[in-house]
This record gives sequence, structure tokens and C-alpha cells, in this order.
Amino acid sequence: MSSIQLEVLLQTLISGILLGGLYALIGIGMTIIMGVMKIINLAHGELMMVAMYIAYVLFSAFHIDPYLSILVAAPALFLLGVAIQKFLINPVLRVEAIIPENQVILTVGIGMVLANLATIIFQSDYRQTPVPYATKAWYLRDYWKDSPVDISLSLPWTVSFTVALLITAGLWFFLTRTDTGKSIRATAQDLDAAQLMGVNVQRMRVITFGIGSALVGTAGCLFIPIYYIYPDIGGQFTLISFVITILGGLGSTVGAIIGGLILGIFESLTATYIGMGWAPVGRFMIFVAVLIFIPGGVASLLRSRKLGK
Amino acid sequence: MLEVRNIDVSYGDVQVIWDISFNVKQGEVVALIGANGAGKSTTLKTVSGLLRPRNGTIMFNNEDLGPVESFHRIERGMALCPEARRLFVEMTVEENLDMGSLRGDAKRKRAQTKEMVFALFPRLSERRKQLAGTLSGGEQQMVAIGRGLMSLPKLLMFDEPSLGLAPILVREIFDVIRKIRSEGATVLIVEQNVKQTLAIADRAYVLEHGKVSMQGTGKDLLSDPHVKTAYLGM
Repeated sequence: MSSIQLEVLLQTLISGILLGGLYALIGIGMTIIMGVMKIINLAHGELMMVAMYIAYVLFSAFHIDPYLSILVAAPALFLLGVAIQKFLINPVLRVEAIIPENQVILTVGIGMVLANLATIIFQSDYRQTPVPYATKAWYLRDYWKDSPVDISLSLPWTVSFTVALLITAGLWFFLTRTDTGKSIRATAQDLDAAQLMGVNVQRMRVITFGIGSALVGTAGCLFIPIYYIYPDIGGQFTLISFVITILGGLGSTVGAIIGGLILGIFESLTATYIGMGWAPVGRFMIFVAVLIFIPGGVASLLRSRKLGK
Repeated sequence: MLEVRNIDVSYGDVQVIWDISFNVKQGEVVALIGANGAGKSTTLKTVSGLLRPRNGTIMFNNEDLGPVESFHRIERGMALCPEARRLFVEMTVEENLDMGSLRGDAKRKRAQTKEMVFALFPRLSERRKQLAGTLSGGEQQMVAIGRGLMSLPKLLMFDEPSLGLAPILVREIFDVIRKIRSEGATVLIVEQNVKQTLAIADRAYVLEHGKVSMQGTGKDLLSDPHVKTAYLGM
């Protein structure tokens, strides 16, 4: 392998990891909702789109940096998630319906409404937040002159990745060290037993939907400096988070992190070596392959190792 | 302490409990015994609030539990070690115990109570960082009992604590129940292991087809000819 080829490979892997970190954050949001509610939230990407438009409006109207807009978008999305759960999904859960998964279908409807509202308000144009540091990057040769390969690290991508890591770490702390976090995990693992222990499972559902929405909203703010938006962008990210959730093993947070990284690296490799347009194809190849070969996802592999089977 | 009066319970349209009444007094060990499907577990689920009675009332320390949500009942002082243990299998032993003390007084005394539980079950102390799902059946039952004790209950309810355990572990579990009782707790126990249960129970109720068919002291029932033929195989 020549040094140029090596350079391309390393660069591709780095981009894949950076992308994967953001994917992981989106996937975690879906997976914790999945764990507690036992439903796939198919409006997940549309929630991200809402957060991206919040960041866009704050940027174009008040020149607020997209990263700072997390402080507005995440709480806003938390409240939106709480409202969706409380006023739309909960009433549907109580109804005896012909279709057993009617809440899932409801989330599809919510997604469509959000996407169409965005089209009405913002038109279907592609929009961006042109931040001054969009193209800034660090180069390895600037720090190590005689390096055999030169690798660059884009500033916005790196910042987004780092913030995603910090939020994931914060979430981990919340889920393992606080009583509310433990109650959320308990509700996901055994609803009745959690109730017996004094957990208000209805409230946990509402909080979880809020947290899942806030996470994907944060991911939206992290994506916008390096991406663009249009009203229908949500569907694409719903699919991505769906693939990550399946890949990770439904409801597993660690699985979602690994799933996000795998998907990010795989897409990056496909884009470099086969062509940009092929990334979605790769995504679904992984999806189908996981369903056939490891139906329990990454989580099932981790679990069988821990149990020594 | 616990007074169950004329409750009817149904799953959808199927009524499984018919007009059951029983009571548990302070400091007693009371058993509900009966065959599979007699309604024992359903009765405990109703007392703990997971199911709602169609008719009848449940009084606990002179309070009507009708309007009390199931997740508030643990705070009132009742804890249930549910059938099949129902641990949080992907949480550690210690986290499972923490879940027993989420509210009120139990939360403030968490560290203290946990030491007491570890003293009662030294084996759990060694495994406190282990995932509950990786423990053996007997150890899981200990976690379930420990988790119940963490709420500092006035009334501790056991649903089939001996289910699926080897005979030696069954004896160990019953020894623990005796110990808990000797420390002044009130116990309501549901079991299919009739002989062992009647031996530790002050009083017992026999449930058949969702109705109370007999009641008496543990000793009396052990020597009752019907109980002998139907449940003890003698």
C-alpha cells in the first residue's frame, strides 16, 4: 500500500468515527425510547429536523452559533417530546385498537405533520448556517513535520463529535448513578417490578420520551454546522436511527453507541471506495445482514460474552 | 394490619377471584395455599395494586387502598417479592437493592439497610457488582427478598419464594423467612410448597377455584384430612 492509499484509508476511518459518534447520539435517543416504551419512534428524525430549524432560525435571525443553540433546542425538544408522549401517545396506548402497534403508526403521522409544517413555514429550500469555521481543519503535518502520512481533522466535525461524546457520558452517568436514571432502566427491564418498587412508570415514560427527543435535538444542532437542512431531512435520519437501534440490539445504549460507530465507518468506507451515492445502499445491506445473522444485535453478542456462553 | 374484604378480581371478562376475605394481624405469618390457578398470585397482585379489584375493599393500617396508586403502596409499608423474582436482570445486585429504597424513609436509610441485607445474605455482598441476571436461582431469590427488605416494610409479601429452587435452597429461604419474622416483621406468603409453609405459618387460608375454602392455624390445617389428601399427598 502506498502512502497515499494509506492516507486515504486513515482519513476515511477518521471521518467514519466522527460521523459514527453523531449517529450514536441519534441512535441512543431512539433506543432509550424503544427500551422504556417498547415502541419504535418513527418521528425521531423529524424531531431532529425541528431542532435543526430552531438552530437555523437562531443563527439567521440572531447570529447565535449553532453549538450554543443546543441550550435552546434541547430543552425545547424535551418539552416537545413530553407533550407528544403525554397528549398523543398515552391516550392511544389506552385505546384497544385493531392494530396492535397503533402507537408506532401514530409516530409516523406525527413525523408527517412536523415535516409538512416545516415545509409551510420554511419552504422546501435547502438551507445552511454558514459558520466562519466551517472549513477550518487541523493538519497532522502542522504538528509533526516528518509524518509519513498527512491527515486532517475538520474543526466543526471534531467539535460536534466531542460534544456528542460528552453528552453520551453525561447520559451514562444519569442512567447509572441517579435514582431517576435507574428507575428508567428498571422500567425498561420489568414494568411491573418497577411499579412494585415505587416507580411511577407513567412519569418515567414521559421523561424518557423527553430525554430521547432532547438527545436527537442536540444531535440536530451538532449536525447543522456541517450539513444542510430541508423539511424532509427527517425521514433519512429516522431510517438511520432505526438501523442503529436494530444493529445495536433493541433498547441497548451501549449497543447503540457501537451500532452508530459501525454504521458511520461503513458509510464512510462506501463513500470513499464505491461512491457517495452508495452510502444508503450500504446502510441497508448492514440492516438486512444484521437481521439475518445477528438478530439480537450487538447487545446480544455482548451479553453472551458476559454470561460466558 | 391488612384486611381484605370481599374482593372480586377479573382479567378482562374472566373472573378469577370470587368474594375473598382474609386478614393479617401485626406480627403474624399468614399463608395462602392452594393449587395452580387457585388465585393465590392474583390475590397478592391485587393487594399490591398491580390489579384492581372489581368489588370489595383492601384496608392497610386502617387506610382504604382503593385510591392509592400501586407505586405509592411500597411507601405505606408493603413490599412484594413477586413470583419468579422479577429482578432487574441487567442491573447489578447493588442497583437492584437500591431500587427497593426509592422513596421516603427507606431512601434516607439506604446505606444502613443495605449493610443489614448484606449481613443477612453474605453471598450477595461478594456479588454486589455482578449483574443480577448472571446469578443462580437461589441467589436471585435472595436479591428479591433483599430488595423487598430495602423498603423497610411493615408487611412483607412473598409470592412462591421456593419456586424452581433445589430442596436445600428451599430450606435456606424458609430459614430466612423465619429470621425475618423473628425480627418482628409481618409476613404474607403464597406457596405451593404446602408442608413447609404450614410449618412456619401462624394461620393459613386454603384457596380453591378463586374462593377461600378453608382457614385455620398452620397446625390444624397440617392435620386436616382434606388438606392431607389434596396437598400433602398423604
